[in-house]
Amino acid sequence: MRHFLDFEKSVAELEGKIEELRHLSDGEELNIADEVGKLQTQAEKMLRQTYDKLTPWQRVQVARHPNRPHASDYIDALITDFTPLAGDRAYAEDRAIIGGLGRFRGWSVAVIGHEKGNDTDSRIDHNFGMARPEGYRKAQRLMAMADRFGLPVITLVDTPGAYPGAGAEERGQAEAIAESIRSCLGLRVPLVSVVIGEGGSGGAIALAAANTVLMLEHSVYSVISPEGCASILWRDGEKARDAAEALRITSHDLLEFAVIDGIIDEPLGGAHRDSEATAKSVGDAVATALDGLRGLDGDTLRTRRREKFLEMGRNGLA
Amino acid sequence: MSWLTNFVRPKIQALVGKKDVPENLWHRCPACDQMLFHRELSDNLHVCHHCSCHMRISAVTRLDMLFDDGKYERAKLPAVAADPLKFRDTKRYTERLRDAETRASEPEAIVIASGEMGGVPTVVAAFDFSFMGGSMGQAVGEGLVVAARLACDQGAALIAIPASGGARMQEGMLSLIQMPRTVIAVEQVREAGLPYIVILTDPTTGGVSASFAMLGDIQIAEPGAMIGFAGRRVIEDTIREELPDDFQQAERMLDHGLIDMVVPRGELRDTLIRVISLLRQKTPGELVPKIAETGTTLAIEVPPVDALPGDGAPVASSD
Repeated sequence: MRHFLDFEKSVAELEGKIEELRHLSDGEELNIADEVGKLQTQAEKMLRQTYDKLTPWQRVQVARHPNRPHASDYIDALITDFTPLAGDRAYAEDRAIIGGLGRFRGWSVAVIGHEKGNDTDSRIDHNFGMARPEGYRKAQRLMAMADRFGLPVITLVDTPGAYPGAGAEERGQAEAIAESIRSCLGLRVPLVSVVIGEGGSGGAIALAAANTVLMLEHSVYSVISPEGCASILWRDGEKARDAAEALRITSHDLLEFAVIDGIIDEPLGGAHRDSEATAKSVGDAVATALDGLRGLDGDTLRTRRREKFLEMGRNGLA
Repeated sequence: MSWLTNFVRPKIQALVGKKDVPENLWHRCPACDQMLFHRELSDNLHVCHHCSCHMRISAVTRLDMLFDDGKYERAKLPAVAADPLKFRDTKRYTERLRDAETRASEPEAIVIASGEMGGVPTVVAAFDFSFMGGSMGQAVGEGLVVAARLACDQGAALIAIPASGGARMQEGMLSLIQMPRTVIAVEQVREAGLPYIVILTDPTTGGVSASFAMLGDIQIAEPGAMIGFAGRRVIEDTIREELPDDFQQAERMLDHGLIDMVVPRGELRDTLIRVISLLRQKTPGELVPKIAETGTTLAIEVPPVDALPGDGAPVASSD
């Protein structure tokens, strides 16, 4: 089912009209094609106007759009011979994080990503992309294996945050995230991360301490959800819009702060309007990043990754 | 009234001298509500005489009680952008920083110091919870990077003592990236073959617990310390259940196998000296500082040293 965001309503109405006209044109000889063409141009213009000046809070909506492609969509589109692997070998299989081996443009790789699911059943199955310690421990296990076999690692980040559950706490959520960050930073193979939707706090950076961190144009990456921030600092959950502005969570903000390395453009009207084109752009960007890293030896990869993070935030200081 | 407070009292204070008139001689224990005399309380390392509640203490108080003879050298923290986001909620972040500085009498939420413990070189990174809840922004992250480098340069053990609600929201993603940055820092200590020990104090949560604070060679916690990733209220809202009182408490963490030991404040210094010595002075010939010779200035309500070993031993999980 197509889903329209509040600020897309006028575009949605126009597109509804276009659909209607198309149905009409089946029976009649009238020159409807012209009319449809005109309306389409108008809809496109409207969409461009809206998306050219999305507010941070609107971007949060786009990043969470239910039709936005998720990790499994990118894996389907970009990875051949995908072989999912399961379990942390200690307690459970956490389907909030999916991962496995596969081929990316001919090269053998390990892929790990948060998966949110795309309907009620799969969302519950994947716990809305909120991982428990087992998910992070599975990620660590896959990274360690990739390291042993010299396979580059691609991570796809899309989570509201790590799961805040009682069991998750008592099985060491904090430790699992900390170790996952350490795993990323210890790799002697290329690690490329793409924030494809929501980069939610510690649960996101657990998979994203990478050589190259890319963000899809309308994705967001934040230390805390705007809602969480609003309820703590403004003591008013309704101020999420203000918090989204203040936190500087958009891809352009974060490129400016040099927290990320690049932005992947989305099709007009967001990734959810054209998953195929988005997947191709993501594929091209990841391929370029990997090409730049492939020639480097393990120590260099690790050292550069560390140095990149150590340098972060030091720019412009006396 | 105003004449009395504005004119007479300052005059008297100027005559008598302010230093002998502490503002508050009595403290109320947050756990058992008993009134505690300030001097007795500080003599007891800010642990309640009645219920053993370990109260939150400043970073400097930590340093004073841990280093040999309370002697140490504070490291200068490098400058960082004070307000990179120009953040403003109901108040400007710069204002909050100024208030915090006044309240905590520290320029930031972390203090780095080097000195000796039991005669062995040690670097301590201690958090000050009174500075914006010990939250970790660029300055705190940089502090840990500096502490790790200092430890490596001096061949010293690194002891991190977090007391923090987590990442500092007002610095946005620049605070979140302190998680990988601090992980790199402590990894450098590990690679240098030096001990990295964490003392989890109340509270240690969020981005701090999910980074350097869970990666120690040895994980120690103070009794009753709240340690976790997500906040209690967030968890209760998520699972729609009330959590047990001891949820996320150090003792429960010990039972779940997440930390090595729970050590009362009065025994921390001796425990640290013993552990560091075991990790570093490996042959019988090497000089091993005697625990009995240290710690006497600290131990107020501490059991005799020969009763120590059993206390800190890991306990097997019961469920």
